[in-house]
Amino acid sequence: MAQAATATLDTFPKLLRRNAAVRGGGTAFRHKDLGIWQSWTWAEVYETVRAYAVGLQTLGLKRGDKIAIVGANRPRLYWSMMAAQMIGAVPVPVYSDAIADELAYVLDHAEVSFAAVQDQEQVDKLLSVAERVPRLKTLLYDWGRGLRDYDHTHLHPIATAIEQGRLRLSEGSDVGKALDAEIEAGHGDDLSIILYTSGTTGRSKGVMLSGGRSIAAATDTVRFDNLSDADEVLAYLPLAWVGDHYLNFAQGLVAGFCTACPESADTAQADLKEIGPTFYFAPPRVFENLLTRVMIRMEDASGLKKKMFHHYIAVAKQWGEKILNGQEVPLGARLSYGLGNLLVYAPLKNALGFSKVRTAYTAGEAIGPELFSFYRSLGMNLKQLYGQTEAFLYVTAQPDGQIRADTVGPPSPNVDIRIEQGTGEVLYKSPGQFIGYYKDDEKTAETMTPDGFVRTGDAGFFEVGTGHLKIIDRAKDVSKLKSGDLFAPKYIENRLKFYPNIKEVVAFGQGEDFVSVFINIDLTAVGNWAERNNVIYGSYQELAGHPDVYSIIAGHVDEVNALLAAEPMMAAAQVRRFLILHKELDADDGELTRTQKVRRGFVGERYAPLVKALYDGSTEADISTEVTFEDGRKGVISARVKVSDARQYPATTGKAA
Amino acid sequence: MMLHVSPTAATTGIAKGEVLLNVENVSLRFGGVKAISDVSFDIVKGEVRAIIGPNGAGKTSMLNCINGFYFPQEGHITYKGVRRQKVRPHEAASSGIARTFQNVALFKGMTTLDNIMTGRTLKMNVGLFWQLLRHGPAMREEIEHRRKVEDIIDFLEIQAIRKIPVGKLPYGLQKRVELGRALAMEPELLLLDEPMAGMNLEEKEDMCRFILDVNQTFGTTIALIEHDMGVVMDLSDRVVVLEYGRKIADGTPDVVKADQKVIDAYLGVAH
Repeated sequence: MAQAATATLDTFPKLLRRNAAVRGGGTAFRHKDLGIWQSWTWAEVYETVRAYAVGLQTLGLKRGDKIAIVGANRPRLYWSMMAAQMIGAVPVPVYSDAIADELAYVLDHAEVSFAAVQDQEQVDKLLSVAERVPRLKTLLYDWGRGLRDYDHTHLHPIATAIEQGRLRLSEGSDVGKALDAEIEAGHGDDLSIILYTSGTTGRSKGVMLSGGRSIAAATDTVRFDNLSDADEVLAYLPLAWVGDHYLNFAQGLVAGFCTACPESADTAQADLKEIGPTFYFAPPRVFENLLTRVMIRMEDASGLKKKMFHHYIAVAKQWGEKILNGQEVPLGARLSYGLGNLLVYAPLKNALGFSKVRTAYTAGEAIGPELFSFYRSLGMNLKQLYGQTEAFLYVTAQPDGQIRADTVGPPSPNVDIRIEQGTGEVLYKSPGQFIGYYKDDEKTAETMTPDGFVRTGDAGFFEVGTGHLKIIDRAKDVSKLKSGDLFAPKYIENRLKFYPNIKEVVAFGQGEDFVSVFINIDLTAVGNWAERNNVIYGSYQELAGHPDVYSIIAGHVDEVNALLAAEPMMAAAQVRRFLILHKELDADDGELTRTQKVRRGFVGERYAPLVKALYDGSTEADISTEVTFEDGRKGVISARVKVSDARQYPATTGKAA
Repeated sequence: MMLHVSPTAATTGIAKGEVLLNVENVSLRFGGVKAISDVSFDIVKGEVRAIIGPNGAGKTSMLNCINGFYFPQEGHITYKGVRRQKVRPHEAASSGIARTFQNVALFKGMTTLDNIMTGRTLKMNVGLFWQLLRHGPAMREEIEHRRKVEDIIDFLEIQAIRKIPVGKLPYGLQKRVELGRALAMEPELLLLDEPMAGMNLEEKEDMCRFILDVNQTFGTTIALIEHDMGVVMDLSDRVVVLEYGRKIADGTPDVVKADQKVIDAYLGVAH
């Protein structure tokens, strides 16, 4: 990388030009089309994007205009962003699975006049909301199937726009010079992209990011993870999500690595295996699904293979992480692990497409320690990061060698983090942080402190000794016990939910003397246990109330308490009493949201007699609740529920070490 | 459209809107049982023609006559202006008639890709000698056919199951693979025997879209048997209705829907 030139590399088009000059023959993009991986070099991409940019100009796109990008990860849609940025227009990627209403809101709010979309499906969706997006004039599409008979006055194939641009560039050098001037006119402070948040809380907000800041952030993390143009990623995350724009687009342009686009969303897993990326990101859910699939397929394997698999997975569990972390390991264990790698780990990683992964990240939600260690023990460098759209992703990340399941790592390079007194909210100042919300100064002012820090809305704390950040809950859900000690319900609930036997947890404690929980057992896991141990039960209710089940759960609660005791801020919030609910929490009864999140307040009211029993010292309580069956009929379930006490650990000596 | 499969329409000399296949007074008997008696109708180039009727009306037998599986005792079938003598199924196939079956007839142990590749068999010209060598002309031909097959895979959006043995696929997808194999023959007339049987609503909608796409993009003439009336009325240009081996109605969906004989045949009448 030419250091002298770095000062002026403050926009993505300039980076693209740099890549074409420095590594013109290197592969920039791949896309599997008609069963064959097609590739484009940086020089080809630069030439195509230039032509495309001129094509867009011809169609009327100007500096400052907004262009929506709707579709799956396809090279031409990435190029649409690059081409728009090249002439100073602002791409606005939109979730391709967004419903028409949501789409209309975002497109109208962002004032888009152009849209580059993937196929007929998206064209239809845009045409259906055209009335509500009066500024939208011109549509471009990548894949023309089914569009032949559409009115093409305002509808153009992307390929044609590129072709026309190429023609104009070949006609005279003026066009090329004008384009060069446009690239030069781009400044690091200019708006580079608007990313809309997914809008889980109210309407989506448009997060404005500048090129200079985006590149500064990406440059830091590229160095942090030693990414280079020898790396390769598979782009399967939604284009509109900050993760894709950061990890693939920004880092790809900064480091000059290759972005491979899968054939379709359904083939991503198979394509992963074929490409063998070196950098990989997935939310915990994906890792969990993969593990479940592996385990299910192993159940069907022959006896010998099953034995071999389980033996070596046990070896990996014992030694794998230590070897990965470079700790002292006896020679025998090293040999055994090596053999296991030959027989099990390497073939397994190959089947999953992780053979070449040097760095993998997960983020978004808490990951179970078992799940996390499983992948790490196989020798995969899986790490955690914490970030958000407003930060242009990274706030913290775990450096190699300091990896743990329960923290998100120390602050990323050049990121300042401050924990607000009282609320425990995490505030940060990062190189990539956003300029503001588009057309929403009020929200921007709410989120940004006067001294330039950004509020995350999450509460957390730094672990003493290591300086790793721990995120405990949404700040608005964090409250206090009567004693004034911190009470973070989700932190406790997640801890317990990592046990396969536990499906749902509801923690109480706001303004109370101590923390207590409702527990839902997982019928599959506990039922499986019952079968193996000849425990006979007739219903969920009976199994949930079984004394042996109570003692299993008590064991889990005990372990969690021990862990909590080891954390100064959490020690006071150990679970003192718990009960196992007689029925599964259900969205049909309004106890869960449709996305399976517990509605804590509602559950507390509905089961008020049980909550009372948790705090008045009684050992059992009667409850009858109305339930809704799947066909809509209603019935009443009555039960006597036992309340159990859990052991407490002294705060300072927590035995977990 | 990015497909490279060339519509064969240009090569036949039959223009859109002209009669492609004409069935004249066809009767078919199995021993003493009359499966079809004196049925006449025509299929016009470029249309979607539905054949409907209650169970046992002779619909599948009619398709079997058209593709040469049965030979009618009486009557004639004229195809592309030529009155057909007794044809065998493979002759019908090489003349541009492809079909799918009521109960999926794929090679269960073979992958989706290989199954669709079998649809190209009739188009392979290289001799056994080169095929055994697997090089030179045989390889070139194989690549050419593979390209066509990949177009079809892309068209039917079945990339994800390309290398999966079809026996492992759900029924709806198997039907789609079977359509793919028929398309691989680049047919002029495509016979579909209950393409949506046993499908759920979403699979039916997908299949409808593919059938219409095939018809519009390649100009392929389609004759289909289907029980779902909604599908038939939406898809087809003209409908012929059979009952007990006889034709009771013929015309556009609207005309057929309003026909008293058709209503009686489907709902039954008091005798």
